[in-house]
Amino acid sequence: MSSPAPLLRAERLTLRYPEKTAFEDVSLDVPAGSITAVVGPSGCGKSSLLACFNRLTDLIPGARVTGSVRLAGEELTNGSVDVTALRRRVGMIFQKPVPFPLSIRRNNEFPLREHGLRERAELEAVLERTLRDVGLWDEVKDRLSAPAMSLSGGELQRLSIARALALEPEVLLMDEPCSALDPLSSGVVEDLILSLRTRYTLVVVTHNLAQARRIADRVAVLWVQNGAGRLIEHGTVAEVFESPRDPLTAAYVSGLRG
Amino acid sequence: MSRSSRNDALLVLALRAAACVAGAITLLIGAFLVLESWPVLREVGLGPFFHDDAWHPSDGLYGLTPMLSGTLLATAGSVLLATPLGVLSAVFCQYYAPPRVAGVHRRLIELLAGIPSVVYGLWGLTVLVPLIGALHPPGPSLLAGILVLSIMILPTIALSADAALASVPADYWRGAAALGISRWSTIRHVVFPAARSGLFTGVILGTGRAIGETMAILMVCGNQIRTPRSLFDSVRTLTANIALEMAYAMGSHRSALFVSGLVLLGMIVLLVSAAEWIGRGRMHG
Amino acid sequence: MASDSARAADRIATVAMWSVALLVTAVFLWLLGDIAWHGLGRISWEVLFTAPRNAGREGGLAPILVSTFLILLVCMLASLPLGVATAVLLAEFAGEGRFARLVRRSLDVLAGVPSIVFGLFGNAFFSKTLGLGFSILSGGLTLACMVLPILIRATEEGLRSAPREYRLGAAALGISRTSALVHLLLPAAVPGLMVGFVLGLGRAIAETAALIFTSGYVDRMPASLLDSGRALTVHIYDLSMNVPGGDRSAHGAALVLIVLLLAVNSSAWTIARRWQGRSLLHA
Repeated sequence: MSSPAPLLRAERLTLRYPEKTAFEDVSLDVPAGSITAVVGPSGCGKSSLLACFNRLTDLIPGARVTGSVRLAGEELTNGSVDVTALRRRVGMIFQKPVPFPLSIRRNNEFPLREHGLRERAELEAVLERTLRDVGLWDEVKDRLSAPAMSLSGGELQRLSIARALALEPEVLLMDEPCSALDPLSSGVVEDLILSLRTRYTLVVVTHNLAQARRIADRVAVLWVQNGAGRLIEHGTVAEVFESPRDPLTAAYVSGLRG
Repeated sequence: MSRSSRNDALLVLALRAAACVAGAITLLIGAFLVLESWPVLREVGLGPFFHDDAWHPSDGLYGLTPMLSGTLLATAGSVLLATPLGVLSAVFCQYYAPPRVAGVHRRLIELLAGIPSVVYGLWGLTVLVPLIGALHPPGPSLLAGILVLSIMILPTIALSADAALASVPADYWRGAAALGISRWSTIRHVVFPAARSGLFTGVILGTGRAIGETMAILMVCGNQIRTPRSLFDSVRTLTANIALEMAYAMGSHRSALFVSGLVLLGMIVLLVSAAEWIGRGRMHG
Repeated sequence: MASDSARAADRIATVAMWSVALLVTAVFLWLLGDIAWHGLGRISWEVLFTAPRNAGREGGLAPILVSTFLILLVCMLASLPLGVATAVLLAEFAGEGRFARLVRRSLDVLAGVPSIVFGLFGNAFFSKTLGLGFSILSGGLTLACMVLPILIRATEEGLRSAPREYRLGAAALGISRTSALVHLLLPAAVPGLMVGFVLGLGRAIAETAALIFTSGYVDRMPASLLDSGRALTVHIYDLSMNVPGGDRSAHGAALVLIVLLLAVNSSAWTIARRWQGRSLLHA
């Protein structure tokens, strides 16, 4: 099946820490506008893989990346890459939403101001647009000046997504976005993720196979082998769940292993 | 490089500069002490400071020994007195006092820690010294110094001990209680060994403070330059000596005072190094 | 079951503990009580606004209070920026590298230097070499050196208490480290900074030996920072040791000093308590 050039491409990507290797020799294509789920048992390097896509590995002392990561053809592992601009194009949502100790409005505005948008009217417009996109507008439009900390877990996670969307990224990386949430909020966030498809390219790490099946177009399976994470399978949801090539994958997705 | 990366780089540069200045102060202190000591050191060397039997800078005599003995005896006496009292105070707060009383007692000790040395000296001078004088004239004495110093370093030792005791895992206590061991036995045989290094640190801090204390000692010790032969003798410590004579010392005399400052600094460095060495030995032993 | 001797020891120990606590409390009350008793009669509102007369046996404390205030001002103004900047570097940027370790070592030593040695240094460096003479500036700068380690330690702790997620979240949004520092981390570190400020201030107020030969003895109202000024502690020292009959005034001045310190100490305590409460909320 011919497809447009992938937006994100990792080739023989390896991440090493001083005490161990997170993952080795991962090659992965992420097509534009798709949702790719990265699954695998804990400790296989899923979160670390995500960190390579927005150079957050720079913040981990002793982390060494070898191999290549390309965003729309541009090599990200080069020292000359402008990481600030990169992180505008590739946003990240963490498992535990941590809003800044500011008001709801300021939480959204702060990164925008930082990237150069200063006009009051435009800021308000972006605020409303992104809050509508995540389904929070009606809930918080009357208390935008209230501290963000007053929101519930699910609302906080949606706020984090709104904050990231305000920067109009091309790619959104999500590290277990629902695991810290209750089932109801989890469902709301899942619906939100589905609604972001085609407009954005998403890479979602999850340990919940059922969730991967519900939301993703493509799946990448990581597994610990020889002391490091390795990509043992990747393809469409149908391919991975119904006709996996690797017996480990088959065992994992049927719940026998992992 | 983007604008924000450039800002970041500039910031780090400015911060490094500040840290350099802060870090350099210690070096500056050492350097200037040596600089000011140089005239007399070049003239007579370090020997006379420890071999001369009198301190008479105007006559070229630079013996520090009587004052050194004053410092060492006052320090030793106060540490011997304040350590048990301080440690037991902390034990009281942690294991014997009801929570409210413990809180009040802790506050009290924190306040004691903040009282200026001149105020201790004033009280020592107007209350303790006459009392001692009534017992055994003249009054201003090594004993007065030891007593006042003990009160001054007690809070330091107590607060360190308190922190050390608080960090002993609760499991130790539970384990001992389950075996029917009494409160004091548990403290003596389980808690103290567990908190040993923290308690030790507190004693070292207290000793350092005692060595460096100037004003209170100056006000209650009498300041006669001689090696004391009894607790009731008047003594002068190294610190008091500097405070008294700097005002009018010139030339070699002033230089000699800076040498005694270096000796003081040396004592502190020795103390801290010895503490570290012992501490490290303990960890391996 | 505990043996008889163990039980006896336990009972003696209990008595001993309470005795120690009572002894310490008694000494404390004796000391404060004595100062208050002898000093109270000497203090009045007038004392705060008039100058000392008759070598301090009569009159007030006004020029001395002003000098003390100015010395403290110089001290805190000099040490705050330097201290905060160093703390930020150590907590956020330098980590465990060699430079950071050297700076930390140096600060640890600095924290242990006796105050009389600071006095010698201040005299040699600020008064003599930099030519500031016996002045408020000299004294203030010497105190700043003394107070620096306290400030740095407390500010560093304040910065470390800011949640790690702030830094990660800010980085993921492409926010520069400078912005994250200014808008997120430093505000979170403010309580720690305030505790450090107040602790340092308390230490500076109580200091005497470092000031005697740096800021001098003159008890007139200072006209500038380069004038010599007598701090409250130095005044107490002078009254009790050099002025016959100055005891009562010394007690009065000591009382004022203690009240000042109590105020500073209480605010440190209140801030620390509120900070602990807030950081528990975050956690």
